[in-house]
Amino acid sequence: MSTLGTYLTHDHHACDDRFAAAENAVAAGDWPRAQQEFERFDAGMRRHFSMEEDVLFPAFEARTGMSGGPTFVMREEHRQMNNLLAEMVAALARRDGQAYLGQSETLLMLMRQHNMKEENILYPMSDQALADRQSELLAAMEAVTAP
Amino acid sequence: MIAPGLSLEQAPPFSAPLRFFLTAPLFLAATGLLAAWQPDWSADVHVPFGLALTHLLTLGFLGMVMLGALTQMLPVVAGAPMPGVRRVAGLGHLALLLGTPLLACGLAGGGEFALLAAGAVLAAGLLPFLGAASLSLLRGRALDTLRAMALALAALAAALACGLALLGWLAGLWLPADPAAWLNVHVLAGLAGWIGILILGVAWQVVPMLQLTPAYPPRLTRFLLVAAGAGLLASWLPAESVRLAGKLVLALAAIVFAVATLGLQQQRKRKVADVALSYWRLGMASLILAAALLPLANSPALLGLAGLLFLLGFAVSVVNGMLCKIVPFLAWFHLQGQRGMLASGLPSMKDYLPDAACRAQFRLHLAALACLLPAPFLPILAVPGGLLLAASAIRLGWNLSRAAQRFHAHGGRF
Repeated sequence: MSTLGTYLTHDHHACDDRFAAAENAVAAGDWPRAQQEFERFDAGMRRHFSMEEDVLFPAFEARTGMSGGPTFVMREEHRQMNNLLAEMVAALARRDGQAYLGQSETLLMLMRQHNMKEENILYPMSDQALADRQSELLAAMEAVTAP
Repeated sequence: MIAPGLSLEQAPPFSAPLRFFLTAPLFLAATGLLAAWQPDWSADVHVPFGLALTHLLTLGFLGMVMLGALTQMLPVVAGAPMPGVRRVAGLGHLALLLGTPLLACGLAGGGEFALLAAGAVLAAGLLPFLGAASLSLLRGRALDTLRAMALALAALAAALACGLALLGWLAGLWLPADPAAWLNVHVLAGLAGWIGILILGVAWQVVPMLQLTPAYPPRLTRFLLVAAGAGLLASWLPAESVRLAGKLVLALAAIVFAVATLGLQQQRKRKVADVALSYWRLGMASLILAAALLPLANSPALLGLAGLLFLLGFAVSVVNGMLCKIVPFLAWFHLQGQRGMLASGLPSMKDYLPDAACRAQFRLHLAALACLLPAPFLPILAVPGGLLLAASAIRLGWNLSRAAQRFHAHGGRF
């Protein structure tokens, strides 16, 4: 049975896979496939952000009373990633591989540092603080669709 | 209770790591130029000039970059920023900047004053850094990477303590019963402990992050930690057979780590051509050769080759690969943070440091290695090798300063 932390960590890995598939297609110059893979990746990212911002973070904030701390920073980083995703959409539309790869590398570094902080710190804290609501929150996250 | 690490405000200012990264290439360039100027060192690195070169490289380049990287990695990996990071980093940086040339002069025959002054400056700057980093580690979470960092810092403390004792001996302050024993601890603590174990711990985080490889299995990281720690301790003991066993365990751990890293990189999901990947592969191949050679190195030339493989082939390669990622990323990260969410059209990582610039530097590094590795057997090769190493270092410094200039030109504050 997964915990909140393992469920979201697993979703990080799924997003990583889609990131790589899109980037590999751009690097190979296969634009139709790049477009398709990017859309899958982008949808996966939006769903992940939504699972955290609409389900996990509010529950965490309500339980711990910490609304200006870790979750605030994580939301900020989600917005930074959204900015980079928007730049990647634009690069893809221009079929500008160099620009895409520059943005995707930046996104990768940001995303992996962000994931590291969540997986090492925030998720363990959430599993601890929200142990009694685990199955209810997992079901709520499962029901989230990409906005 | 671990929340402070998740505050962006507590990420160190760009200047904390950057000051180390921008000045480190100067010492690598100095190492290369001096190595070319007097190529005799290559036949036996234990001559005074060889010792001076070794310290320019290990303290001036590798130590400098590693301290800078720690100021950045501790908050991100551990959620534990270093207390007083701006002042501690400034002091540590100043100590390496002044202490390393003094030490090199002293070791090359520059007299007792240079040796003692170097010892005092290095101790004054490195001890506060060690203290602050240890405090940060104590507050961090229990991760194998942090355990590796703790072990590496303990090894740095041991290398520093023995180094100071040896300086006292060279300056005529005291007469140790067995200077070779002090030297043995100093060398192993500095190379295998500080440089080796720190790179191990950093790799566990960074290799999966950069190339999207599978994670290092926890059983492997645990085995490597235990093997490296136990091997290091055993290699310091008086009994010759235990000492030899310790060195064999260290060599084995190094080979297991390098083979595992190459294997993980083979399974990477990210297929784009990447200079950092080339640097890591070169580094791992060199580490395997260095570790395999160590038990067989029975002549000064073979020992010199093992040392060059470890320091230039492994450590300098990996550090180069890290620098070409971390500096452009931090430039992007800080500029983005300073300009706010709505700023658009900011440079991406590759605008700060284009792939072609990193690739050009990699080729110079490769050419330098090709000349320097055979130099212990053919000292004249140290001339072109040293010059190429200096050229690679100058290119590295130029690449990194260009990134910093672009950051500043876009209104970034250090």
